[in-house]
Amino acid sequence: MSQLTLDELRKKREEAQKNIYLREGKYRSKITVHMGTCGIAAGAREIVSAFLGEIEILTDKDVMLTTSGCAGLCSMEPMATIELLNSPPVKYVKLTPKKAKRIFKEHVLGGNIVADYAIGIGSEKGG
Amino acid sequence: MAARRIELMLCTGTGCVAGGAFGIFEILEKEIQIQGLEEEVSVIITGCNGFCGQGPLMVVQPDGIFYGFLTANDIPYLVQEHLLKGRPVKRLMFSPPEKKEPVPLLSEIPFFKKQLLVVLRNKGIIDPEKIDEYIARDGFVGLEKALTSMTPEDVINEITRAGLRGRGGAGFPTGTKWKICRAEKNNPKYIICNCDEGDPGAYMDRSVFESDPLSAIEGMIIGGYAIGASHGYIYVRNEYPLALKRLNLAISNAKEYGLLGDKILGTDFSFELEIRQGSGAFVCGEETSLILSIEGRGPEPVQRPPYPAQSGIWGCPTVINNVETWATVPVIINRGAEWYSKIGTETSKGTKIFSLVGKVNNAGLIEVPMGITLKEIVYDIGGGIPDNKKFKAIQTGGPSGGCIPASMVDVPIDFESLTKAGSMMGSGGMIVMDEDTCMVDVAKFFIQFTNDESCGKCSTCRDGSEALLEVLTNIQNGNGKEEDLEFLEEVSYAIKDASGCGLGTTLPNPVLSTLQYFRDEYEAHIKEKRCPALVCKNLIKYYIVPDKCIGCKKCLKECPTEAIKGDLKYVHIIDQSKCNKCGTCLDVCPKKVSAVIKITGKEMENITGTEEPYPVVKKKRSRKHES
Repeated sequence: MSQLTLDELRKKREEAQKNIYLREGKYRSKITVHMGTCGIAAGAREIVSAFLGEIEILTDKDVMLTTSGCAGLCSMEPMATIELLNSPPVKYVKLTPKKAKRIFKEHVLGGNIVADYAIGIGSEKGG
Repeated sequence: MAARRIELMLCTGTGCVAGGAFGIFEILEKEIQIQGLEEEVSVIITGCNGFCGQGPLMVVQPDGIFYGFLTANDIPYLVQEHLLKGRPVKRLMFSPPEKKEPVPLLSEIPFFKKQLLVVLRNKGIIDPEKIDEYIARDGFVGLEKALTSMTPEDVINEITRAGLRGRGGAGFPTGTKWKICRAEKNNPKYIICNCDEGDPGAYMDRSVFESDPLSAIEGMIIGGYAIGASHGYIYVRNEYPLALKRLNLAISNAKEYGLLGDKILGTDFSFELEIRQGSGAFVCGEETSLILSIEGRGPEPVQRPPYPAQSGIWGCPTVINNVETWATVPVIINRGAEWYSKIGTETSKGTKIFSLVGKVNNAGLIEVPMGITLKEIVYDIGGGIPDNKKFKAIQTGGPSGGCIPASMVDVPIDFESLTKAGSMMGSGGMIVMDEDTCMVDVAKFFIQFTNDESCGKCSTCRDGSEALLEVLTNIQNGNGKEEDLEFLEEVSYAIKDASGCGLGTTLPNPVLSTLQYFRDEYEAHIKEKRCPALVCKNLIKYYIVPDKCIGCKKCLKECPTEAIKGDLKYVHIIDQSKCNKCGTCLDVCPKKVSAVIKITGKEMENITGTEEPYPVVKKKRSRKHES
């Protein structure tokens, strides 16, 4: 590594910021993949990889990917919930990596709900 | 680096490492592999998180969930439940003592809520061994700004306007120190970073180097530019191996990037850094002895003036500041004096790191804005005193500081208020004491320490501390005389007035402050031969209450001096002539029984333990059964 110039340092900073985005806590949207036993059996792991692959090529890493337990609709797994800032969560069912990619492009990035795969808007009310 | 969905910020500060953090790291990696999550989850090794009382600990990002008291056995379950299935594990979360429900989020835990991170802005967020992560968090933005758009005078003015005062203890205005040094005509000039942290219970500087070494390094480079120095030394205690390792790595990484060395960032400014290891003599924290130690000479404080800023190492003008001060510099340059001076009080700006230890629920390393009260620190951040004991006093400033009584907890923390209260800011040690602490014992502990560490050059410090120690020992042993208190004060003021360096002039503080606020305790020791806190061995006796003893033989078996007489179902008796007051009997007596107590003063009269054991009288059944 040779000595950095001012511009190189600034460039390095931009690059490096992409690697620590998870810790900064600034998110525009949140993807939750349901990973109950049913979800995992139905292929939820592949859905996570598919979403992760999409996030990787993003320049602005402002999408949070997380997992949660069984959503209760075991026959409809794999499932995911997409939440955009200031709008209600949307649940998608019977996902495949291909469907996940389309949802990512159209809903997560584009803001348009993919009605073909969505089962409903909103979440159950807490008791 | 490929995208990840989870990062585990595993604390590897000294406390957590001692608790087995590196072992947990290995098991985490292994379990992540077993679950096939290595593409999705990474483990980041960070410096001290601060909540040392909960270690080993980690924070799961991006959720921000805090897990404490981790053991190797918890890891497989944790990885499977949280990382794979997304179900955070409640039993590993932090639960405040009085509440049943755990607090999942780090940001919601009271210990973290009241803190304001300036110096420790990167703690727990970056891997201290990776320079790129420091750069990502605005690292070297301050240096860029200083080198490209500010003259050295501008930098000094900015630091002066910010109101930054030295964090090493005395609180000298940093900008003024730099200005004096810059104005000196002699060349070359030097920069020194003082990391000879010797106060018992203090580990602020160590943590800065363990969690974010480059922040102090960047500060030193900026300081070099400001005063016109091209060479700096970092003086670190030999007992800090992890800090040393990370510091060495940080320096070599910075060199690789050309952030240290010739023509930094293509400008005309060049700066080199060297590490010097100290061998742990307390007096080396004093700036003139530290300088002698770097020069390879015996560390004996030298009369000032001339101050190091005029004539320091190798007789050249030298700016010497503490780690925390240096780590604050880049933030001030980056964010501006206006922003910094808004934090804190009129005379004490910014934030201060404290190591909060002793009898407090949440022990750890905290950074708080100046002006916060002791009460907020002890109760809100520290979570109060364990076991419902009474809060008695707080000792600040290490051996040079004093004890502030519980009645003064509303004192705001700044340089002036603490000095007025008879203590001092010092480097930031904070020891919380409860009702079981004897103030004479505390004073003796600190005088013992400074007496050991006195370099011996000035007779007031060398012999004065010896005299204080002798009198305090007499008082503790029950041989105190009424005129002793006056004598303690007289000697203390003589030491303060006539000693050459900070070690001597501040060493009587623990005695003077306890005499001021807890004089009645001294008097009880002297006049009534009574230790109110039941600590001083010669003034207490262990005693088995006959009505309570059930004759279980537990204490009898454990007593190392075989001082306890008795038999099964016989009331046990402690033969006072054999008892060495180790307290084992009290520890092993079952909680329900609690027959062993400590007694002092008048209560001890006629307690000799010469009587013979007799059978336990069957007690009447308790009321519950009767009705």
